Formats: sequence, C-alpha cells, structure tokens
Amino acid sequence: MFSTLPKGASTAIHEPRTIYRPTGESGATQYIGRSTKLSTLFCSKHRTNRAAVLRWIEIVRIYLDYNATTPVARDVADAISRALVDTFGNPSSVHAFGQGAKAALDEARTEVARLVDADPSAVVFTSGGTEADNLALRGVAAATRDPGRRRIVTTGIEHEAVLTTARALEREGWTVEVVAVGESGVLSPAALEPRLTRETALVSVMHANNEVGTIQPIAELAALAHAHGALFHTDAVQSVGKVPVSVSALGVDLLSLSGHKFGGPKGTGALWIRRGVRLGAQATGGRQERNRRAGTENVPSLVGLGVAARLARAKLDTASVSIGRLRDRLEAGILSGVAGTVVNGDRDRRVPNTTNIGFEGLEAESLLIALDLEGVAVSTGSACSSGSLEPSHVLRAMGLPSQRARNSLRFSLGAETTAEEIDFVVGVLPALVAKLRRLGHTAAALH
Amino acid sequence: MRVVIAMSGGVDSSVAAALLKDAGHDVIGLSMQLYDQRSSPEAFGSCCSLDDLYDARRVANAIGIPHYIVNFEDRFRDTVVRDFVSEYAAGRTPIPCVRCNADLKFATLVEKASAFDAVAVATGHYARVDFDEDRRRYRLRRGLDAGKDQSYFLFSLTQDQLARAAFPVGGLTKPEVREHARRLGLEVADKPDSHEICFVPDGDAGGFVERHLEGEDRSGEIIDSSGRVLGRHRGVHRLTVGQRKGLGLTEGVPLYVLRLDAEARQVVVGSREELGGRTLEASDVNWIAGAAPSSPARLTARIRHRHQDAPALVTPIGSDRAAVVFDAPQIAIAPGQAVVFYHGDDVIGGGWIR
Repeated sequence: MFSTLPKGASTAIHEPRTIYRPTGESGATQYIGRSTKLSTLFCSKHRTNRAAVLRWIEIVRIYLDYNATTPVARDVADAISRALVDTFGNPSSVHAFGQGAKAALDEARTEVARLVDADPSAVVFTSGGTEADNLALRGVAAATRDPGRRRIVTTGIEHEAVLTTARALEREGWTVEVVAVGESGVLSPAALEPRLTRETALVSVMHANNEVGTIQPIAELAALAHAHGALFHTDAVQSVGKVPVSVSALGVDLLSLSGHKFGGPKGTGALWIRRGVRLGAQATGGRQERNRRAGTENVPSLVGLGVAARLARAKLDTASVSIGRLRDRLEAGILSGVAGTVVNGDRDRRVPNTTNIGFEGLEAESLLIALDLEGVAVSTGSACSSGSLEPSHVLRAMGLPSQRARNSLRFSLGAETTAEEIDFVVGVLPALVAKLRRLGHTAAALH
Repeated sequence: MRVVIAMSGGVDSSVAAALLKDAGHDVIGLSMQLYDQRSSPEAFGSCCSLDDLYDARRVANAIGIPHYIVNFEDRFRDTVVRDFVSEYAAGRTPIPCVRCNADLKFATLVEKASAFDAVAVATGHYARVDFDEDRRRYRLRRGLDAGKDQSYFLFSLTQDQLARAAFPVGGLTKPEVREHARRLGLEVADKPDSHEICFVPDGDAGGFVERHLEGEDRSGEIIDSSGRVLGRHRGVHRLTVGQRKGLGLTEGVPLYVLRLDAEARQVVVGSREELGGRTLEASDVNWIAGAAPSSPARLTARIRHRHQDAPALVTPIGSDRAAVVFDAPQIAIAPGQAVVFYHGDDVIGGGWIR
C-alpha cells in the first residue's frame, strides 16, 4: 500500500550541519541539531508488517493508568463470551430462555451487592459510573416533592459526571453549592456543615478521588447531611474494588460504582439505592431494574461485571496491600530520584494504588508524551473532548496554583503491576525530567 | 530518524505524515488544540475544529503512527488572538497565520520535538528547505506548486528552525498530494482546503475583534484625501486597506480605503489610482541567511499571501528593518500584513509592513 513515494516528495531529514553564522553570538560556527538517537527499539525486520507490529512489539509497555480503566481478567472475558452465546434470552421473558438470563443477571447482582456489603434488590444496573451519577442526582431531583428543598451540595473535586449534572440541574432552578476542599484533597466535615441547611435535598461527595486518590470521611459527612434531612450520594467509582466498601458502614443513601475500574467490562456500572429512597427514573419504557432504569439489560457484560466483582472481593485485602507497597516504592523512588517533586493531596487518607506528583518546572503534558514514547502510560488532569489535556480541575479545586496543576502527573497501579515495572519507571524518570526542564528553561529564556 | 509532524487533519499534513512514515522514519503526529473545544462545538470551521482533530487522529491511525493532541490554548490566545485583536484595533490588517505558523507551530514544536528526541519538525506547508553547501546556510524556497506556495507564511523562520524543518509536500503539486492521499486510501483525500482565518470561520473579523475589546464607541469619520467628510464608519477595526464594499458611501465613483488612522478614528478613502503605492517600510525583518544583505538588493517583494511578488529595490536599515521601493505601484499596501522578499524561488527575508 505504501510502495511508491511520489517523485518530488521531500522526506529526507537533514543531517546535522554546520551553519555559517554571520552574526553568531557564540563564535562563528556552531553545531546545530543533535546526533540522532536511533530508536533502539525500532526493528527494521518488522517494517513489512507496519502498524500492527510497530506499535506493540517494538517496545515493552507499562500500564500505570488503572484509574482510567483496568484490563479485563481472563475469567471475566470468558464469562462474557459464554453469556453472549448461551444466555441470549431476554431477562423480562417468561419462558425458560428468559428465566436463564434473569438468573444470570440476579447472580451478577448478588456479586455486585456483596462487593459493597449491600442488599442485591437495591442494586440498579447502569451503563457505568456516569449514568449511575446522573441517575442519582437527576433521580433524586425529580423525586423531591418538597418545594422548600431545592439545594444540592457537592465538592469541587467531584468527577464531571457529578459536577456537570449538578450544573445542568442548576439551570433547571436548583441551587448548587460547591464546597472547597483544601490542599489535602480531603473534605472536612467542618467545612461541609455550614453549607447545609433545611433546604438541602442532596449532598454528593465522592468516596475516593480519581486524580489524587484521597478518601473522604463519608460516614461523618453523611451523618451531617442526614442531620439536616438531606440525602447523601457518594460516587464510589474509584474506591470499589480498591478498598473495602460497605454501604451501611458509610451510611449513605446512594452509591455509584463502575465495572471497568475493577476488572469488569466497560459499559457496566450500578447505582445502589437505599430501600425507601425515592428516585425518578431517567430512562423510561419497560419495567426493568424495578422501574428505575428501563431497557433490556446488557446481560453478557453484566455477567462479566458479576465475575469481576467476585474476583475483586476475593483478593481485596491481599491485593491492596501489595499494590500499596508498589505505589509507595514508586513514590519514594520518584521523590528521592527526581528533585523538585511533591505529592499532591493527603498521603495517608487515600486509596493504595494512586499517587499524584507535581514536577516543578515542567509541563506534565510533555512528560506524559515522553513517557508514552518510552512505553509508560500515565495520565494528567482530565482529557477534554478533543483528547488534549487541560489543567486538572481537581488540583485547582484543592487550591493548588494553576502552574502546579499543569505540572502534575497521576500514576495509578493495579493488580498486574510488577516491581520490575515500577523500577523501570523510577529509572527512566530522572533523565526525562532533567531533559524536559532543560528544554523548558531554554524556551523560557528565548521568550 | 524520529520526526514530529504537525497534523491539522487536512490532506497536506496527512500526506506529509504518510510520506515520512513510508520513508522509514519514526514519526510522531502532534495536533494542536488552539481553542477551548467544549464551549462551542460549531464555532470552528477550519484548521482547529474538533472534526479536524478527529480527522488527524484517524489518519495517524491509518498510517500507523502515534498521535497526540497538545493543548496550545494559552499560547494561541497569547500569541495569535491577542495580536490579531490589537492589530485590528490599531488600524492595521493582521495576518495571524504567520504568528501561528512561526511563533506557535515552529517555535513550540521544535521545543516539543527536542523533548521527544525528534531531530526534525515536519509540516504540510508548500515550501521547500535545503542546505546550501557553498554558503553553509539553510535556504527556504517556494513550494513547487506556485498556486499553493506557502513560503510567505514562513518568512520568520530562523536558521536553527530551518535546520529542524521538513516540508515533505513542498516539492509536490496539490493534485499530486490529493492523488497520493487517494492512493493510500486516506479519507481526507478530497477534504476542501481551508481559506478563512480558523478562529473567525464566519469571516466577520470586525465582529470577532469587538467581542474581544471593551464595548466603547469606535466610530468616526470617513474622509477623502482632501479632508472632505463623506460619511461615518463603525470603527477602523471593521475595515481593511483596499476595501471597497461596506463603506456605506453614495459617491458616484468607486471609493477604496486608503488609510486607517486608529488614533484619530479616521478612515481615508480615494480612487483606485490613489490606492497604488510604490514604497513601504518593513519592521521586525528576518533575514533567512541570518544577516541583512550588505547593500540594497534587487529582489521581488510580496505584500500579501495572494499577491504576485513584484520587482523592487530592498534597502536594509540596520539589522531588522528595510525600505522597499517597487518598480511599479502596487495596489493596497496594508500595514500589518507581511512583506516577503524573494530572489527567484528563494525567500531572502521578510518583515511587517509599517
């Protein structure tokens, strides 16, 4: 397909040349360009196979972005493919095919409920964490009859699924209060309490933050909300599967979770709704999910979600300890190996897999790309619609200067992360950071 | 060799990327997000819209290169948009594409390229660069396709930048580029060229400038060269030297904008004959070779992108200014536009018309 280059195409890249400098500041001549560092990983014998080969075979890839999504376990994938073929019935059908699908769905519901220490009948399956958050906020808003309760209180570090939905409700006449979270990234009950009134209908505070990993004191916050007669929702997308979560211990009324954050397939999630909490369905039609979410259930994927929930629960204690050790090893390695680094947010009250580190004097965007070119996948801030990066709203809501928000990277580990991978990252970072800082300073000096 | 290619999502940079890849280079595609894409998905019609970023990503995927979208919003606002607004407000006719190409694309991409160990920055410009062995300098030359030549936008490149620059389609014609894109099965093969200023897709530069300025009254008088008042205008930023339409005048003869005086808020109009000028002075001149010619030079000079460069005597003043005297009058020499000097196909330098 790429056999012939058109005549006239100029694809030769200049070798470094000596340029004559009539007004040269540093002597008459000077070498421009650098000696080419040929990609040692580029294997010419693979050239015939192109794209497919190039991307994945040429370098070893290290995935440290588990908070974005996680790989699906083999068992989960197998369960999904079996269900796709074997359990094709519609769970709403009366016949045996329907009953089989319904049974598979109920089994998955039970596993998900167990993971958050809940009653299965209170679990509503959704297409993911975002839909669960939408259903919680919009559903509560729709079901709130009391005209005197028209306030929603949330925090600046929430996921966009909550923040944007709250803003949408604001345009429908709700009052939305966004409580500031300090540099610790942890909302203190004392900061929340003055913002609660008898008009507060709903308080929504995430359990674990996706970017810095901090865990909020949900039980205390929920108790405060209840004292003011308000409902409490928590987006637990980043904590479920990483740390033990119990809806009763947290004392919340609604809890969102997402399957693909703990080894399940994308497009699956759930909203747990405490019995007795009134909620207006947002998707209407059939009577699926106890009238709370119409539409034929995504049975195969939800079966996968159930398996992922079971696997996550089984290894919750051991995995979180070993992942925590690797995270600490990574963090210590970076803090000691790279000058001018600092951990964002509280280091004690957070999920064990996440660290968010500020690299003074460089653009995290460049470091992210440079790391990806070395085969290391990390992330920063949140991607906007184009896929480009913008300064993290979470770090800014924590009161960090926008410069710090621009120079911070998130490393999030998972069950498959190994010590060798961590050591590789700790090994490549100092030189990469030094180079980017040097170039950044040069660029700043030129402007 | 590792090369960074700036991908706009258009056919030229897409083919440039494919050519580099096919030549065996280790190619990294970068696209620039220049505007906040969330606020107005429909606001952009041209080189920086969401659709274009999507096209760039698909092309990168089709030819099998990594692709990143980098956020240049702040730099774009600071270097390009701000300058565009203040130039119009000052009664000049800015050409934001030069700032964008030179100050954004090259300066920042060269910086990014170094960060990623790339030896060169490639773009889809119709221009050529080569090394003159005798004089030990890089040369910037017109693109081979005279109708598509974009060397005008690149006059401010330095030797250091040219040393890193690659223009893979500069030696091709537009039909050849499209043909190659079709041969590769790239979906952008027949995508229309972009013409308007990308952040003013509706072409209403005046309206754009007003949205970015304080809402004060900028109206004033329209006079002829003898000082006679012929009418009123809504602000010099709404007008361009050489403009005929939209003046709202009812004189019997066609009248053209001759000069814009932002301070006095005056617009001077006159006949087409009066619009012709033979001299101009350029500031912030960049000499491609790195230094001004030692004596006045017989060159050709181009006063806007769509202008046939005309013979002129170019006299350097100091290191970064030049006086230009054309052999014949040129229509509508507009302050704020760039003037670029050529010797044959070679770009000798260029600057900003005072």
